[in-house]
This record gives sequence, structure tokens and C-alpha cells, in this order.
Amino acid sequence: MVEVMNVSKQYQSKKVVDNVSVKIRKGTITSFIGPNGAGKSTLLSIVSRLIAKDQGEVKIDDVDISKTKSDELAKKVSILKQSNNITIRLTIRDLVSFGRFPYSQGRLTKEDKKYIDEAISYMELEDIQDKFLDQLSGGQRQRAHIAMVIAQDTEYILLDEPLNNLDMKHSVQIMKVLRRMVDELGKTIVIVLHDINFASCYSDFIVALKDGKIVREGPAQEIITNSVLKEIYDMDIPINCVGDKKICVYFT
Amino acid sequence: MGYRGKLITLSIIAIGLVALYLTIGANGNWDYVLPRRGYKIAAIVLTGATIAFSTMVFQTITNNRILTPSIIGLDSLYLLIQTFIIFTFGSLSVVMINKHLNFAVSIGFMVIFAWLLFKLLFNREGRNIYFLLLVGLVFGTLFGSLTTFMQVLIDPNEFLMVQNRMFASFNNVNTDLFWTSVMLVIIIFIYSYRYIKYLDILSLGKEHAVNLGVNYDQVVKRLLIVIAILVAIATALVGPITFLGLLVANVAHEFMKTYQHKYLIAGAVLISIVALVGGQLIVERIFAFSTPLSVIINFVGGVYFLYLLLRETKKW
Repeated sequence: MVEVMNVSKQYQSKKVVDNVSVKIRKGTITSFIGPNGAGKSTLLSIVSRLIAKDQGEVKIDDVDISKTKSDELAKKVSILKQSNNITIRLTIRDLVSFGRFPYSQGRLTKEDKKYIDEAISYMELEDIQDKFLDQLSGGQRQRAHIAMVIAQDTEYILLDEPLNNLDMKHSVQIMKVLRRMVDELGKTIVIVLHDINFASCYSDFIVALKDGKIVREGPAQEIITNSVLKEIYDMDIPINCVGDKKICVYFT
Repeated sequence: MGYRGKLITLSIIAIGLVALYLTIGANGNWDYVLPRRGYKIAAIVLTGATIAFSTMVFQTITNNRILTPSIIGLDSLYLLIQTFIIFTFGSLSVVMINKHLNFAVSIGFMVIFAWLLFKLLFNREGRNIYFLLLVGLVFGTLFGSLTTFMQVLIDPNEFLMVQNRMFASFNNVNTDLFWTSVMLVIIIFIYSYRYIKYLDILSLGKEHAVNLGVNYDQVVKRLLIVIAILVAIATALVGPITFLGLLVANVAHEFMKTYQHKYLIAGAVLISIVALVGGQLIVERIFAFSTPLSVIINFVGGVYFLYLLLRETKKW
């Protein structure tokens, strides 16, 4: 379980994350939604120690992350940020191999190679695993990065807008893989999403943020309601049921 | 050709050039020729390795292939120190005559300066590495201006002493300093050996490095201090020579075609030795000491680099 307790972060005078407390349950997909500048990405970065917090505590499995060694933490929690401009020339396989660094410290064992192969096949990248990242489409590159996170084999996976710049097909493909990782491998995934329909269809829990504070949190179906969305986005969004999924029509 | 093959080829070229340099035109005067040339060649190898290593690491930390450690103003600081000593104490003062003292003073100030820069960088959050480079660049310019200011004021004879220090030269390597430098460089190489595995990860960028469990701030800080000491040693031993780094680091990238730093660093060190020894041979045998080494290295290396870029139009 990830416990965030009274965490705050401010840049100059602006409080980006304001006294936030939230619990993330094991074996679920939890989505962070909210308007731009709500503090979703910052909160995710604080949980994954990319950014230092000003106040509060973050505990992962009852251990305070600021008291855990960085290399130990890298075996428990992984993060993928939205901008991944890698300047060196790597093949997909090279990139995925980097995911084993916390275990191998650069010397890959047979077991590491097994994990790398599994991660590549999980993301269906076998055919192109020796292609260089700069030869790939945006969707393939994003899948390669997720394969790296899978190879890192952490219990907790934090993803910051993984669907950015992806088309519908690839977005759905990635969300399905994430769902499978939770259902089959028992991972815990926290994901920042902008498209509330993806949050509605794939996540177990939704945490809605606005102006650095949590406005609402709860099971996905309880958050995707007209009144709650109005509170978050200041928009009157009609919600339709298609099959058993709630779909928000926010385009007009 | 595999990575090992490439490294072996480079090693053979380097050893061949060193052997050629030691033996060419000796006319049987081995007792005189060998020790003299031996020290020179050893100094070349030492500085070549030092500059190649520090530039490679610096470029990886900054994730930028067009930077060298000279951007944080270490070269300019060295010249400022030398000029300042001559300006205030004169060229016959003990700090100028006693090479060990001069060496210690130069290295000391360069390392303190680097340390202060990093203090500035790491004491507050949100300061990134480019802020450090910017501050270093500004200080470098300031040091340069101060140096010029003092140089125009001093006696012309004293200026000749300063000028001596302004250009890299292997023609009068001080043998006492040489052994001190060798010791220091070996200690530093052993110390930084355990950080080499982190370099591959650092080249992915800060966020990936932290995600993969690298203690980013600490590792970067230590590597920057290592770079500062190495640059200080090389500069104090032969003069400002960081120009070499930009070239050898990039040629190493183009030649080795890998992201793995164990091969990249070994390749860069060997290329650096080949460039320096080859360049020195040309300076001594073809131009009869009339051209500075830097001109030849930059010319030959620049042409080779252009060739590499033009041959491979694709991005690396």
C-alpha cells in the first residue's frame, strides 16, 4: 500500500500540492485526474522521489521512502514520466535491459535476460527489439518504455500520462496491457490520465485533484458522475452508459 | 568489427606510434634519447587519458555532446592564477620557481573553485546542471578578463613567462611533477572505477537515473569533483588542453558506436593518445616545432570528424 500523508510542495509562493493525504490500495489501477496544474504529476513525482517534498510523509508498504535507500526503492517502485527524450542511441532491447539495473548493477545475468525477454514479449515488441528508438513511431517508443518498467519488475508502477501523443489504437492497447498487469501479475499501478473516459473504463479507483488538493476520491463508478465532474472541471458533462461502461461526452 | 576488435586496433595504433616516437632518428644515442622521450611520451599518455576520461564523463553528466569541462572556467582560472602570481610576486618568486608549490596552488584553487560551484548548484532545489554551466561560463569570462587586464600591465619580460604557460606544451615536462601527477591520477581512476557503471544510466537523463536507483545528486557531485581534479592536473602539467576532449569524445562516440561507457571511455583514452602522440610526431618531425600541437590536432581531428559525419548522414 502507498500512503501519502499531509504532503505539501510549493514553488515560490504557489502551493502546487497542498496538504494531500491519500491511500493507494494494492493490486489496483488508481487514476489521478484533474485539470492542468492540479498537481497530479507533481504528486506522482513526490511519491517516486523524483521531487523532494516540503512537508509530509510518503510510505510504501509501511516504510518511509525518505528513509529508504534509492537503490532498494528502485526494486519496489518505478516511474515513467511523460517526456522521455533520451539523447543516446539505443535499441529497444538495450532500453529494456536498463530496467534490470537495480538488480544487476550493469552485469546482466541469465535471470535478468529472462525478465528482459518476458517484458519484450509482454509488450509485443519481439519483431522490432533490435530497432533503434529514433526509428520508432511514438506508440512503439512508448511501449518500449513501458517494457523497461515491466523489466524493472516493481510492485508499484507510476505512469505520468502514458497515453500522451498516442492514437486511439495504441492508447487502448496500452491500457489493456496495464489492466492485464494488474489482473495477471498483481501489480499496483498509479496513472495520471487526461481522458476521463479511459479512467472510467480501466481504473478501479479515481483520485480527482484540483488546485493541489484532492477534491474527490473513490471507486471509479462513484467519481464519474455529472455532479462530481462539474466540481472538478467546471463543465456540465453528460454521462451515457455504453454497455456497462460510463462514457462522458465532454466534447460540446 | 566488435568493440573488442576496435579497441585492439586502436591499442596497436597507439603502441605503434609510441614506439615510432621513441625510436625515430635516435642514431644509437639511447642513453640520452630514451629517458627524455620516455618522460615526454608518458606525460602525453597521462594527459591524453585524463582529458579523454574527464570530457567523456562531463558530456554524459550534462547529456550534451558539445560541451567540455573547460566551459566551467577551469582553464581560465589556471591562467588567472599563473598571471596573478607573476603580477604580484614576479616571475622569480618562490611560487613560480618551486614547481611543486605552483602545482599544489593551481590544483588547490581549481578544486576549491569547482567545489564552490557545486555548492551553489546543489544547495538549493530546482537548480539544474545548466545553471552550473552558466555560472561557470560567466566566471570563466571574468577570469579571462582579469587575466588580460593583468597581462597588459606587467613588464614585457614577465609577460613572456605568462605566455609560456598559455599554451599546452609537452616540450618541457617537469619530471618531479610528473610522478606526483601519475600517483594522483591513478588514485582518482581507482576511486571513480565504481562509478563507471552509473554512467550508462546517467546518459538516459536524471529522471531515468533516479528511477533506476542511482543516487543522482551524490554521484553527479562526486564525478564533477573528479573531473575538476583531473582537468586541474592535466592543465597544471602541460597547460590548457581541454580542446582535445571535445574532439576525442565525439570521435570515440562515432567510432565505437555504443552507449556502453566501458568501451567508450577506453576508446576515447586510446584515440586521445593516438591524436596526441601522432600530433607531437608531426610537430617535431614535419614542422620542426614551429606549429602548436593544438593546431595540428584540431585540424586533423576536425577533418576526420567531418568525414565521419558526412559518411553517415543518419543521426547518432
